[in-house]
Amino acid sequence: MSAIQPPAELVWWKQPLDKVEGTWIGIALVWSLIMFFMMPFWHVYGKQNLSSEAYRTTPQAYMAKTQAMVDQYTIRTETSAQLPVVRPPPGSDVYLLGRLWQWWPLLELEKGQTYRLHISSMDWNHGFSLQPVNINTQIIPGYEMVLTVTPDTSGEQTIICNEFCGIGHHTMLGKIYVTEGGR
Amino acid sequence: MSNELFRTCPESGLQFHRPAERLMKAHAVVAVVILLIGGIAALLVTLTRWPAVHLLPADRFYQLLTTHGVNMLIFWMISFEIAILYFCSSTLLKVRLATPKLAWVGFTLMLAGIIINNLAVASGTASVMMTSYVPMPANPNFYLGLILFAVGALIGCFIFLATLVIAKDEKTYEGSIPLVTFGALTACIIAVFTIASGAIILVPTWLWSLGYINHIDAAMYRVVWWALGHSSQQINVAAHVSVWYAIAAIVFGARPLSEKVSRTAFFLYIAFLQLASAHHLLVDPGLSAEWKIFNTSYAMYLAVLASMVHGLTVPGSIEVAQRAKGYTNGLFQWLRKAPWGNPIFSGMFISLVGFGFLGGISGVVMGTEQINIIIHNTIYVPGHFHATVVIGSTLAFMSLTYFLIPTLFRKQVAFPAIARLQPYFFGIGMSVFALAMMGAGTLGVERRHWDMAFTGAPLGFEYPASAYTMMGIMGLAGMVAIIGGAMYILVTVVSVFFGKSVESESSYGTATTRLMRAEPIFIPEGGHSAAGKWGFAAPGTFVLAMFFLVTFVLYYAVNWKYLASVWPLS
Amino acid sequence: MSEESASVQSSERVPFMQRILDNPFILLFIGVVFPAVFYIIWGIVEIVNIPLAP
Repeated sequence: MSAIQPPAELVWWKQPLDKVEGTWIGIALVWSLIMFFMMPFWHVYGKQNLSSEAYRTTPQAYMAKTQAMVDQYTIRTETSAQLPVVRPPPGSDVYLLGRLWQWWPLLELEKGQTYRLHISSMDWNHGFSLQPVNINTQIIPGYEMVLTVTPDTSGEQTIICNEFCGIGHHTMLGKIYVTEGGR
Repeated sequence: MSNELFRTCPESGLQFHRPAERLMKAHAVVAVVILLIGGIAALLVTLTRWPAVHLLPADRFYQLLTTHGVNMLIFWMISFEIAILYFCSSTLLKVRLATPKLAWVGFTLMLAGIIINNLAVASGTASVMMTSYVPMPANPNFYLGLILFAVGALIGCFIFLATLVIAKDEKTYEGSIPLVTFGALTACIIAVFTIASGAIILVPTWLWSLGYINHIDAAMYRVVWWALGHSSQQINVAAHVSVWYAIAAIVFGARPLSEKVSRTAFFLYIAFLQLASAHHLLVDPGLSAEWKIFNTSYAMYLAVLASMVHGLTVPGSIEVAQRAKGYTNGLFQWLRKAPWGNPIFSGMFISLVGFGFLGGISGVVMGTEQINIIIHNTIYVPGHFHATVVIGSTLAFMSLTYFLIPTLFRKQVAFPAIARLQPYFFGIGMSVFALAMMGAGTLGVERRHWDMAFTGAPLGFEYPASAYTMMGIMGLAGMVAIIGGAMYILVTVVSVFFGKSVESESSYGTATTRLMRAEPIFIPEGGHSAAGKWGFAAPGTFVLAMFFLVTFVLYYAVNWKYLASVWPLS
Repeated sequence: MSEESASVQSSERVPFMQRILDNPFILLFIGVVFPAVFYIIWGIVEIVNIPLAP
């Protein structure tokens, strides 16, 4: 029973390794380094990286910017609540806000175009989960995150809230419609 | 040294100091009661997330999910771990426990914290999940309970450290502390960091909830809170790895292949394991890629390396011990001839395999900076940590309980047939449960969500049928795991409170002789490897380890491929 | 182990790394300072440096 007793030797640091341990440590170390360098590698050669671009903001300031975009680019409304569907020009700054319990406004983007998508929360933490494409980020009140995103599939995507935000959490949905380009 | 306070267990040879023994019993009993409360919550939560059942209304669901999270992840684990700390210091070092009176103060604070926190959640005014992200407000007593519990646990950590000092001063041992105690020290150090971080964030949050502070920054809260929330699970990792080593020693008389390697691996935990708190912040606004990559990789995956080392040396030491007993046929006779009917061993081994294959691999994959984009806050995340915390830590602690019932509590294990099957029900049920959650998470199903069908939402969304199938499998497997948990509670409670005492005598007397160092290992002609193959002392374990590595590499690659299919982001 | 060989071994110099691993308080220091600096302090500095929205 020696793992629960003091080591047999007073000086154990100089004991030679068994070959099985030495070999495994070597293999595991190489694998650890591969996994480590994979992340910077993907920043250079991969296409899916979050930028660290973010700003400190307030719900009022952010609401004002979102409202301005909605006023300018709304193309239609949906549901009995008259939710605006906004079609901002490609390459522009797009503002999306999360609040109890909706993602506002609905967006219509063009496939293959790049947008600067800003997201912030008006109240509590929310989770931006775009399905079925499966992109997930954390939305924090007081902070505005900027994703430079290029939709490369057309059709309807749903924004689901995947951070717990109270009793209506499961009703907090939004939409991003992606239309074929060159329309 | 006080007299007449020590007894030696005739079967195990362990020596218990009476005040330490009482404290260990108290902490273990509280832990099991909390496991019962958390387990009942688990049953109801699972039955709600199982789409075909969908049992509770939304408010009850979120309330019980909070109860389940806080009780299981914080109260059950740390209460049991304080008992382990006292065992690994006072009992393993054959020394009196430092200041038992203060230890009782710590115990009382922990118990008071548990009760205050649970009452706050039970009142329905603190359904904020374990994470209690500001600015979502909770009843102030929710934070107060956690703070009191943390202070009590911190007292326990310092008593552990003080006991190590006493043992050294009174020279109860010679040389270095046992490896298992070293692992407990690792857990204790991580606990000190965890609890300090918890105090830094929860004290202001408590004051904010009382109205003394205006504003707490929601992003900073997340950084500091996760130093508590994730590191507290790293205490469990260090503790359950120590338990693995202890059980290998107790059941097989196994000794570590090399003290140097195993201790260095624990050292890597001490230095780097806690950085992984960043796993939760990989898709947060504003944090740089450098910060994310350095922290999420535990500084170049050095702590993952450490876990891979423990994953080899624990079964490797068992293999060497078994081969020395003559089980030398082929690669795996040592494993086939292991005592699979002994829940101390079977639970520990399922814990080891489940932690490595399910918890370990999924944790590293989803903790990769970019891959986290397709996993953050999906039900994959609880799938991962049910594999680490439940299969890894909880099952290891359950196995240790079957050893502690006769040695610490001096009772015979009741219903031995149930005890024999318990690790299989719990371990296999939990494994399928965790895998199904990971599968559903890969399909985008959210965690902490009452209704994946979005009933009543103005806009709708429909998950693919496969996601519903996964959630159904999760529900079924969850029931099997809950039966396994109930079997554990039944055996433990009946043994401890109503069981027959063990027959041998173990009366209190003065302290016995000094603690002996381990026997120097007998190295056969031609080194360790004479009993193994290919010059390896533990060739069977090496083959298993290589199988693990291949699984790891493949699964890692598949996830990058999946990520590459997602919309380009920069 | 006989008394004689034990005393021979204990007179041997204990290697530096072993002395660190045998000292719980050095380990406690490392285990608190490393994550406090690399994770908490560095993380807080990054958040403090997030600029105001234009």
